[in-house]
Amino acid sequence: MCTTSKDYTGAIEHLFMFLDAPELQNEAEDVNCWWEIKDTSCSSSRYRISSLRQYSQSSVLPLPMTRNPYTMPTISAFCTEDNVSECISYINQEVSSLGFPLLCTESNNGPELNLVAVLNNVYNLLQLHRRCLQTVEEIEVEQVKSNSNMDYLQLSNTRLKDQLELSKRENTGLLERERQLQLKVKSLHNCLKNEKEEVQKLQSIIASRATQYNHDMKRKEREFGKLKERLNQLLIDKKDKKQTFEVLNYVGRSDGKRSLWKTGKTEARHEGEMYKTLLNDYDSRHKDLLMENAELKKVLQQMKRDMVTILRPRKPSQSGEKHDDSLEQTSSEEDEVCDSSRESLELSCEHAREQLTNSIRQQWRRLKSHVERLDSQASLVGERANMNAIPKEVHEEEMDRLKLEIQQYKDFIHTQQQLLQQLNSPCDDETASLLNDCYMQEEKERLKEDWKSFEEKRKNFEAERKNFTEAAIRLSHERKAFEEDRATWLKHQFLNLTPFGDQMKPQMSKSQSALSGCAESEVRPMSTPAKLNKSLSHTAFSTSRASPAKTPSTADLYRTHCLIPEKSPSTIHPKQDSSILRNGDVPAQLRHVNGGANCRAYTFTGDRNGSI
Amino acid sequence: MNFSEVFKQSNQLCRVSPDGKYLATCVQYRLVVRDVNTLQILHLYTCLDQIVHMEWSSDSLFILCAMYKRGLVQVWSLEQPDWYCKIDEGSIGLVSSRWSPDGRHILNTTEFHLRVTVWSLCTKAVSYIKYPKACQKGIDFSRDGCYMALAERRDCRDYVSVFVCDDWHLLRHFETETQDLAGVEWSPNGCVLAVWDSCLEYKVLLYSLDGRLLSTFSAYEWSLGIKSLAWSPSSQFLAIGSYDGKVRILNHITWKKVTEFDHPASINNTKAVVYKEVERKPVVGSADLFIQQRITMGSTLFNTQSKYEICPLPVQVPVVKPDLDRANPKVGVSSMAFSSDNRYLATKNGGFQVQSVTWHCSGDSLILLGKEQLCLCYMEVGEEEEEEEDDDDVK
Repeated sequence: MCTTSKDYTGAIEHLFMFLDAPELQNEAEDVNCWWEIKDTSCSSSRYRISSLRQYSQSSVLPLPMTRNPYTMPTISAFCTEDNVSECISYINQEVSSLGFPLLCTESNNGPELNLVAVLNNVYNLLQLHRRCLQTVEEIEVEQVKSNSNMDYLQLSNTRLKDQLELSKRENTGLLERERQLQLKVKSLHNCLKNEKEEVQKLQSIIASRATQYNHDMKRKEREFGKLKERLNQLLIDKKDKKQTFEVLNYVGRSDGKRSLWKTGKTEARHEGEMYKTLLNDYDSRHKDLLMENAELKKVLQQMKRDMVTILRPRKPSQSGEKHDDSLEQTSSEEDEVCDSSRESLELSCEHAREQLTNSIRQQWRRLKSHVERLDSQASLVGERANMNAIPKEVHEEEMDRLKLEIQQYKDFIHTQQQLLQQLNSPCDDETASLLNDCYMQEEKERLKEDWKSFEEKRKNFEAERKNFTEAAIRLSHERKAFEEDRATWLKHQFLNLTPFGDQMKPQMSKSQSALSGCAESEVRPMSTPAKLNKSLSHTAFSTSRASPAKTPSTADLYRTHCLIPEKSPSTIHPKQDSSILRNGDVPAQLRHVNGGANCRAYTFTGDRNGSI
Repeated sequence: MNFSEVFKQSNQLCRVSPDGKYLATCVQYRLVVRDVNTLQILHLYTCLDQIVHMEWSSDSLFILCAMYKRGLVQVWSLEQPDWYCKIDEGSIGLVSSRWSPDGRHILNTTEFHLRVTVWSLCTKAVSYIKYPKACQKGIDFSRDGCYMALAERRDCRDYVSVFVCDDWHLLRHFETETQDLAGVEWSPNGCVLAVWDSCLEYKVLLYSLDGRLLSTFSAYEWSLGIKSLAWSPSSQFLAIGSYDGKVRILNHITWKKVTEFDHPASINNTKAVVYKEVERKPVVGSADLFIQQRITMGSTLFNTQSKYEICPLPVQVPVVKPDLDRANPKVGVSSMAFSSDNRYLATKNGGFQVQSVTWHCSGDSLILLGKEQLCLCYMEVGEEEEEEEDDDDVK
């Protein structure tokens, strides 16, 4: 700490050297002067702060030490005449936070700077700064050291990596070599095993041969021994039993002929016979071989022809191929060769045979290339249409199924044919007459039944029609009566246009009700066979057309008497009819009905015709 | 099936005459000739010693009886029972004796195969053939009886001599390229002679009638080679059975292998039908039977009925592993027989106890003869099979 002024100056100089603030150098001199004066302890000295103002920073309060500790940021006026107290207080705060004695103490004459404290603070700060700088330096040194360490480590790392790489490669190389060597060892083992086996086999062979040799040797030795014995025996015995041949009499030769002397002629004869046998044998074999050759040649010819036919259709389809010309050429050549070979085959000479075999080989080569091409095409197609590729098994199943189906159909067709034949085959007259139109029999029966039913129906319709016409006639009579009635009523009305109308009303209503009643009664016979309404109209209209003599004007009757019910063939409602009649809007209905009736008549007749 | 009474015989010498009328059996030193239909004894001949070999002549007029120990051959005539013929080989001994195809010559092979003596019954002439080879099949007559092939060995070399059976004129004599000739066999048409080597070398040589070498066939080296050989009746195929259990078939045009058949222990071929004999023992009745009944039951007990049922594939054929350390081991195809219509080939492989395999002349059925039993196999008519292997286990 501040002990001597020299220390102070030295410290401050030291400090300011570090501070490297050119504008402060001058001030440093001033401060230096000041401190030379004082020689007190920190606590008691007082300092003038005017020079300290130079060090104030107004704007930036914490001094940034991070960048270059040696360059001080531009210090703007931290303390001025005005804000001394604030500065003091601020500095007090800062200093107290750092643990240094306060700069200024409150005294009676206002805030007074304790010079010693200030100096001590400065000294402390300087020490602090120095320590910081030292640490910075240490850190820097450390950093440099660590940098260099790192560099070194990096270098060593790369070196080691390279080494590792190299050693790995070496390792793989060695492994590879080891593997190869192992394979070699294995193969050598196998070889060794094989060799051992062979050696064993050879040894066994040798052993068996040796036993065989020994056996033979022993046998020969035994025989030799026997021979020696026999020889000895003979020599000793001396009496040699000669061969004897006792025969009662000679026997004739089996073939009855006399035996011949052995002469040169006989020998020649024997030779001749021997050669004859041999030649006969060769002849027969030659014949067999010729036959076989001829058959094989035929087969080859056939094959060649087949191959040519198989390969020929390709030509027109492949127009752009190079092979085309050559194909044509070769095929024409082939034909030539074919003919020539066929001719020369008769002579069956070497040349012809060679030609034939060459041509066969050529055809076969072409066929092979063709098939290979097809195969490659098929594989390409198979690759392309992989999704649609049918596995072989499914294909086979499909084929079998189809074959089965074909077989079934064939059987079916066969049976059909048989039956047809039976049909067409001439049979007896009886059966023929019986069977005449046998297939139509059923239809005929049905037809007869239908006719019967139709006849019945027709009768019914006739009856109905009769009734109808009678009813119609009745109706017409009634209508006439009604009209007369109406006419009289109208007359009455007209004549009696008097206030006595209500007298007439019940008459009117009566007549009306009579009208409606008769209308209803008229309508009812028409409506009673409700289901036959349509048919009635059918029959009525048609009978009017079909048999005009019977009821000449049934339709006219209806038309005139306005009795033709307003109906479409589908809707028949008696009430509707009555309402139509009641309405009295007759002429219009008549017209409509007429037209409708005409159409309907046409349609009905058309239907009738159509139904039968 | 009806059975006659049991007759005695010795040495399994029972032969039906080639014309099928007579049956000759040997009982010790007696030769009994019976009528085939009635089994009545027609002739009875007595030989000087126990008969070891008996053979009918080709025209069914004479019967040859050989007694090897005594070196005697006696010939009997059927037409003239008084007629006799005795051939005594003397001190030179007798190892085998056979008729010539014309039925008038007898070929005797002396002891140690010193020579073959041809005795003629017509002329009393004797011919000698030197240096015959002692091998599996040293002599073979062609089917028409014209030629005889004889294997010879001189100066450590093999030769084949072809004789004309008429007058035993030596037609051809040629050396064969074999190490140790084991056998000769004529083809049925008499034009090709098959010559095969001993089992130490697999080699088949084919010579034409006039002695030219037509072809050689060798399937493999070093292992034991050919065990048996058979011509097809049409002379088109030559079947070679070897010690490796396979049959190789050569064709007569190129003499190259056409096909080879194996005898696997497990049969898997879908075309093969395997019949297995299944024994059915009748059910034994309750214990409280009378002894009498038991005795009668006992005889039926032993008449086990056997039935053949078709086994489902794959079938494991029971194989007895033979002792390979012995010479001529019981491995390999030991016997083969073609059916007469060229359709079937029956082969026997391994150590099955089948002594012989013979086809019926119609080619429809097959007889398998075991030591104590025989089995008749009927082929299905109408089947097209190249080979029917019959390895069934005849007990």
